[in-house]
Amino acid sequence: MCLALPSLVTEILPDDQAKVELGGVTKTISLALVADVAVGDYVIVHVGYALTKVDPEEAEKTLALFAEMAETVPAQ
Amino acid sequence: MKYIDEYRDGELAKGIARTIAAEADPARSYHLMEFCGGHTHAISRYGLEDILPPNVRMVHGPGCPVCVLPIGRIDAAIWLAKQPGVILCTYGDMMRVPGSKRISLLKAKAEGCDIRMVWSTMDALKLAQANPDKNVVFFAIGFETTTPPTAVALKQAQALDLKNFFVFCNHVLTPSAIAQILDSPEVRTLGTVKLDGFIGPAHVSTIIGSAPYEYFAEEYQRPVVIAGFEPLDVLQAVLMLVRQVNEGRFQVENEFARAVTRDGNAKAKALVAEVFELRKSFEWRGLGLVPYSALRIKQPFAAFDAERKWEVPQDSVADNKACECGAILRGVKRPTDCKLFGTICTPENPMGSCMVSAEGACAAHWTYGRFRDSKAEA
Amino acid sequence: MTLPRRSHPRPLDIAHGRVDLTHGGGGRAMQQLVEELFVAAFDNEALNQRNDQAAFDVPAGRMVMTTDGYVISPLFFPGGDIGSLAVHGTVNDVAMAGAKPLSLSAGFIIEEGFPLADLKRIVDSMARASKEAGVPVVTGDTKVVEKGKGDGIFITTAGIGLVPPGVTISGDRARAGDAILVSGTMGDHGVAVMSQRESLGFESAILSDSAALHTLVAEMVAAIPDIHVLRDPTRGGLAATLNEIAAQAGIGMALKETAIPIKAEVRGACELLGLDPLYVANEGKLICICAPEHAEQLLAIMRAHPLGKDAAQIGVCREDAHHFVQMETAMGGNRVVDWLAGEQLPRIC
Repeated sequence: MCLALPSLVTEILPDDQAKVELGGVTKTISLALVADVAVGDYVIVHVGYALTKVDPEEAEKTLALFAEMAETVPAQ
Repeated sequence: MKYIDEYRDGELAKGIARTIAAEADPARSYHLMEFCGGHTHAISRYGLEDILPPNVRMVHGPGCPVCVLPIGRIDAAIWLAKQPGVILCTYGDMMRVPGSKRISLLKAKAEGCDIRMVWSTMDALKLAQANPDKNVVFFAIGFETTTPPTAVALKQAQALDLKNFFVFCNHVLTPSAIAQILDSPEVRTLGTVKLDGFIGPAHVSTIIGSAPYEYFAEEYQRPVVIAGFEPLDVLQAVLMLVRQVNEGRFQVENEFARAVTRDGNAKAKALVAEVFELRKSFEWRGLGLVPYSALRIKQPFAAFDAERKWEVPQDSVADNKACECGAILRGVKRPTDCKLFGTICTPENPMGSCMVSAEGACAAHWTYGRFRDSKAEA
Repeated sequence: MTLPRRSHPRPLDIAHGRVDLTHGGGGRAMQQLVEELFVAAFDNEALNQRNDQAAFDVPAGRMVMTTDGYVISPLFFPGGDIGSLAVHGTVNDVAMAGAKPLSLSAGFIIEEGFPLADLKRIVDSMARASKEAGVPVVTGDTKVVEKGKGDGIFITTAGIGLVPPGVTISGDRARAGDAILVSGTMGDHGVAVMSQRESLGFESAILSDSAALHTLVAEMVAAIPDIHVLRDPTRGGLAATLNEIAAQAGIGMALKETAIPIKAEVRGACELLGLDPLYVANEGKLICICAPEHAEQLLAIMRAHPLGKDAAQIGVCREDAHHFVQMETAMGGNRVVDWLAGEQLPRIC
């Protein structure tokens, strides 16, 4: 139900829609809930609608944090 | 898959788990409630509890909108599907949920009702346009993530001046559910249920933002960490909660910063406010009547409200007496504490809300975790 | 001078014609359909005799027989159609006994109004699959049902085969300690079929893996006659098939998630639709359960065959009174791979 996935915007279509791609699969979704979306952005898609853009800087920061947290205690 | 695979790295997961084990105080236990069905699913599906230290335990909360929908509302949806000329559209999750008399939408479809599974409200609108001689009713369920799409559909129906599109609205609100749990006697006064912190829902938060949780953190003095859906997100959030508990803090922290801001999605919130208003109270399966916890369609969109178009039955149907879903939803009991679990109640034959959806605590435990019960027996 | 008497004044109008009730009536129209479409396409000795049955000598040894029904919707999908699927599926059922498939039968139930062009496309595809596999369709049947009673076309088949000596492949032979192998990537067929279903509306480059596995099986069985179990994970996918075998044999299984081969696009499509690739159907893959000392050799044989390039060991069998199929996740945790109650997707076979 909560299924929502980060997908790459590959094409902006008329009527507030866009084509997105996830793992090589493409689908047409609605951009009615977001603004300023461009090709190359990643959006979180839920029941056919983009909910928000994925912030690439924050994403990098989070991944860096994971890596740091994973290093604090070395594997035995 | 970008923004997915990196958050599922097994080695990093084990590393974060080691850090959690190192920082968790061996002299105490930590009970953390994940509120969102997607988190329950992720924890079970990846077996995350196996890599957490034994004194850090996950408690499953009522975050699954399918699970908390009362039987009476399912019966009402089936009643609508039976009205002449109606095509009932629903998300897949609702198809197998049994109402009273063990009839589900899937079974009603087999008996001849025109019930269609849709992936999006846009599909339902298209159906209405393609079938002007039928009345298309969209069975709207879900928390704040799923509500804006329904709002968009209603606005589009209005713009298109559709005469045959209706919404049966069952949208519910996250903060109300959290309050219900935190206000329950077991948590607030009796202290029989220990809840040390919350993992905040991922996608609900992209819409409502992190701000609404600040009230809970302050009022109930419990930390909240909003987490993404991937296993590394969940583990990181557990670590952040353990740290807050250790340091005696109760703040709202945002692990899902790549998609959640403090204010959330203003455009989506405005659309919802334009179309919906609060119901005075709404029945939640397992929780009873909860005030100001659900939405209904506003007057300007009344023409699309299924409950105004038809005299939809408003019966309240009780669950099986032996069903422990209410207690399980509030984190008071675990699936294995229920007499019906695994005996009469299984995913094929769900007796209560916790078993009907794959994200319900009982279903998740049955589907992914029941091998642990046999280990315990042995 | 008398004009030569032709059996049918005009050939079938493949381009624009449709199947009608006369085609199932047993009269000349039906005979013409059978002649010009079915017999012409399948073209083998037995069928060319035009009897209601095929006669042949029974080879010495142990025989197997299987039957199948094909109701797949849509009829045409990337990588195949109901016709080629019918041949591959039936051949595979025979091959999963370790047997050499000998021949097939095919019954067609066609809905009134079905376009002849589509019927020809399906029959030709079936004939091609049959010839490539070297397994002839020796006998058939045709029925036509009224419009609204048949959803296009259904195909039922039977297949027979001969089991080589020394081979006893059966689900109940899986033993604790046995290796569990798969011949390639999981979930391709189900996702390819989904991609055609209008209501799902996504485009992807995934092809169904529909294929006849008997030549692969022949090589495996020749090298190791004592393979314990072979089964193709069709409806319900890998998960359903492993649970079936675990229940039959009275054992449990321990899998490693990271060892299960799945194409990136299949993962993506399943993510998008909320499906678990372990439960999605395959039509050109097999599961092999063997004694641990045979695993390496069997993997080498599979990988050398075009249909087994991605073969991998995905787990082991073990003692378990509950017959759980358990899996170590990529995170290092554990979960059960449950036996689902019903079909995740309807009509994909």
